[in-house]
Amino acid sequence: MRDVAVVATAQHQVAALTGTTEVQLMVPLLNAVRDAIGLTQADIGFTCSGSSDFLAGQAFSFVHTLDAVGSVPPISESHVEMDGAFALYEAWVKIQTGAADTALVYGYGKSSPGSLRDILALQLDPYHVAPLWPTADAVAALQARLLLESGVSGAGELAEIAVRSMRHAVGSPHAVRSSADVTVADVLAEAPVADPLRPSDIAAEADGGCAVVLAAGDLARGLCERPAWIRGIDHRIDAHGLGVRDLTRSPSAAAAAVRAGAGDDRLDFAELHGLYTSQEAILVRELDLDDDLLVNPSGGALAGNTTMAAGLMRIAEAAARISAGEGDRALAHATSGPCLQQNLVCVLEGE
Amino acid sequence: MGDGGGLRADLVLEYPFTRTTGPVIGAFLTGLREGVITGIRRSDGTVMVPPVEYDPVTSEPLTEIVEVAACGEVVSWTWVDPPRPQSPWDEPHGLALIMLDGTDTPLLHGVLVGSAAELWTGMRVEAVWRDERVGHICDLAGFAPEVPGAVA
Amino acid sequence: MSDPDVPPSALSGDVTLPAVLRDVEPVRSVRTPIRLEYSVTAGSAAEAYLRAYAEKRIVGHRSPVDGAVFIPPRGVDPRYGQETAEEVELAHTGHVGSFCVTHLPIPGRSDLVPPYVSAWIHLDGSAIGFLGLVAGCANEDVRIGMRVRAVWKPDGELGPTSESILHWEPTGEPDVPFERAGNRAWRAGGPDGRDGRQERGDA
Repeated sequence: MRDVAVVATAQHQVAALTGTTEVQLMVPLLNAVRDAIGLTQADIGFTCSGSSDFLAGQAFSFVHTLDAVGSVPPISESHVEMDGAFALYEAWVKIQTGAADTALVYGYGKSSPGSLRDILALQLDPYHVAPLWPTADAVAALQARLLLESGVSGAGELAEIAVRSMRHAVGSPHAVRSSADVTVADVLAEAPVADPLRPSDIAAEADGGCAVVLAAGDLARGLCERPAWIRGIDHRIDAHGLGVRDLTRSPSAAAAAVRAGAGDDRLDFAELHGLYTSQEAILVRELDLDDDLLVNPSGGALAGNTTMAAGLMRIAEAAARISAGEGDRALAHATSGPCLQQNLVCVLEGE
Repeated sequence: MGDGGGLRADLVLEYPFTRTTGPVIGAFLTGLREGVITGIRRSDGTVMVPPVEYDPVTSEPLTEIVEVAACGEVVSWTWVDPPRPQSPWDEPHGLALIMLDGTDTPLLHGVLVGSAAELWTGMRVEAVWRDERVGHICDLAGFAPEVPGAVA
Repeated sequence: MSDPDVPPSALSGDVTLPAVLRDVEPVRSVRTPIRLEYSVTAGSAAEAYLRAYAEKRIVGHRSPVDGAVFIPPRGVDPRYGQETAEEVELAHTGHVGSFCVTHLPIPGRSDLVPPYVSAWIHLDGSAIGFLGLVAGCANEDVRIGMRVRAVWKPDGELGPTSESILHWEPTGEPDVPFERAGNRAWRAGGPDGRDGRQERGDA
């Protein structure tokens, strides 16, 4: 295996972008990561992105967004209709094959023009479920109730997760929901919006983007002072049907963590892509994280959820902290599909 | 990257999908049109509703369509208010995973009650059929609290 | 491993049905239409472009790399991923870079009566073409290199939309030679020879 590291990161996230297109959003971010390590697009071996045209209702918007990359002379490029974290996986594989030594990875989402929680119904079974248009929140609520009523988690535990996210998010430049003084009692006093989920249980919707540069071996060492090495990365998937899974579990998350070697050494912190406090509670168990581990120092996806970028942002947050010397070993997680169906785990380490 | 944002326009996207069903999903939808709910039997004898072509655990092709009960028990639920614009329901309603009697995987559908207070895990519900049925998941208007003693 | 040449049984139609379904016409397809509603914003570059139409102006963006002018402006030079901000007012004349005659009606566009001509209009001073309708002459007379000018709606009907231009009509000037028309006249350039300037017969 080749040693591959995250050598530069950039992100931007706000509650809603109105005067900025996806292209205008990504131009400064892509330039920021290339400039930070002194590379131009001509030096990049492979470019890979993640986004979804359904979010803003723009067909082939990912082709438009290539305008932000620059494609003269022609570049080696690919796209996934998934979170940018899965684009990062593809780029990592590309580097492993030896076909590239560097990769530019980005993910972005601008869901504010539409109704995200309704649009996400389209990822469900198109014959039996999508025609009923259950919102993403309603589907997550069915999962959360099973978690609560089976006694695996309590309402207090979920509220504590919400409070921790909002407190950690204070001072986090990309968070869109933060609070220094919110309490568990405050959260428990909120009226449910998708019973039993309360507003603070649901990730704060955001528009934004994230860009990352990967580089291999000594090249990475030359590009930045402290590369964040990808020591393990894996993604696994569970069955699609909601009724055929135990929704209080996420076997794919557990399997990805094992295969990424998450438990092989002590972790300093974890960045989790849980879209609901109930999902974060499931993830902490499935990823086998210690009770005292620092989880989501950035506030996590709960503090700002840019669909199609929130997972890549977790990797970027973890890498940036490691490169800044604020930790030596971290787990970053990304998810896709309803109720934690698909999960990616990336273990990052400084030298 | 100023973000003032003035000009705004409405945009409507419509996809007039007609999907082919294959024999398994087709059998389920045929059943709904005929007013019966069907599942599919796995090699261990358990029954999945709705039926799927392959066993999600073993990947075995599944072929034995069986009729199942049109009543069962709420496994998990939430409350939808306001109703969603594209959903078949115009009023606030429950949404639940429902384990039909004699089956082993729950079906997702609406529960037709007036408030969240009328929903609980374990409640008995029975199918409510539309008069006009075409072979669609919405041939089931939803599920309603079971009337004790009545035959579903 | 199953034999890839034998269809899996679940797809072969070899399912067993309960009695109630055995003698009825099976469902073979299902309608699942999707409707999604959005409220979209133009973004700063497109907004300035659209607002200019209300003032009977056509604007593009000039690349900071080599001066090439792009229309519609998107706030970026797509060749190099460099931000563009310099607005350039463009002429209301240009030439046909390429065109297509449409013979089939488009649902929802009853205003477009087939057969009609859509063309890639290359404005004088712009590096690339943009889409417009050509009218004011027989469809058979439209050709690559034909010089055209904008036909605007009456002043009172102008708005922040490209529909403020009804169509493009021939100016009667001599054609741009075929080999210098459209994108053929402009080299997109590259790191070795960045040249976005145009060579125009009419410039």
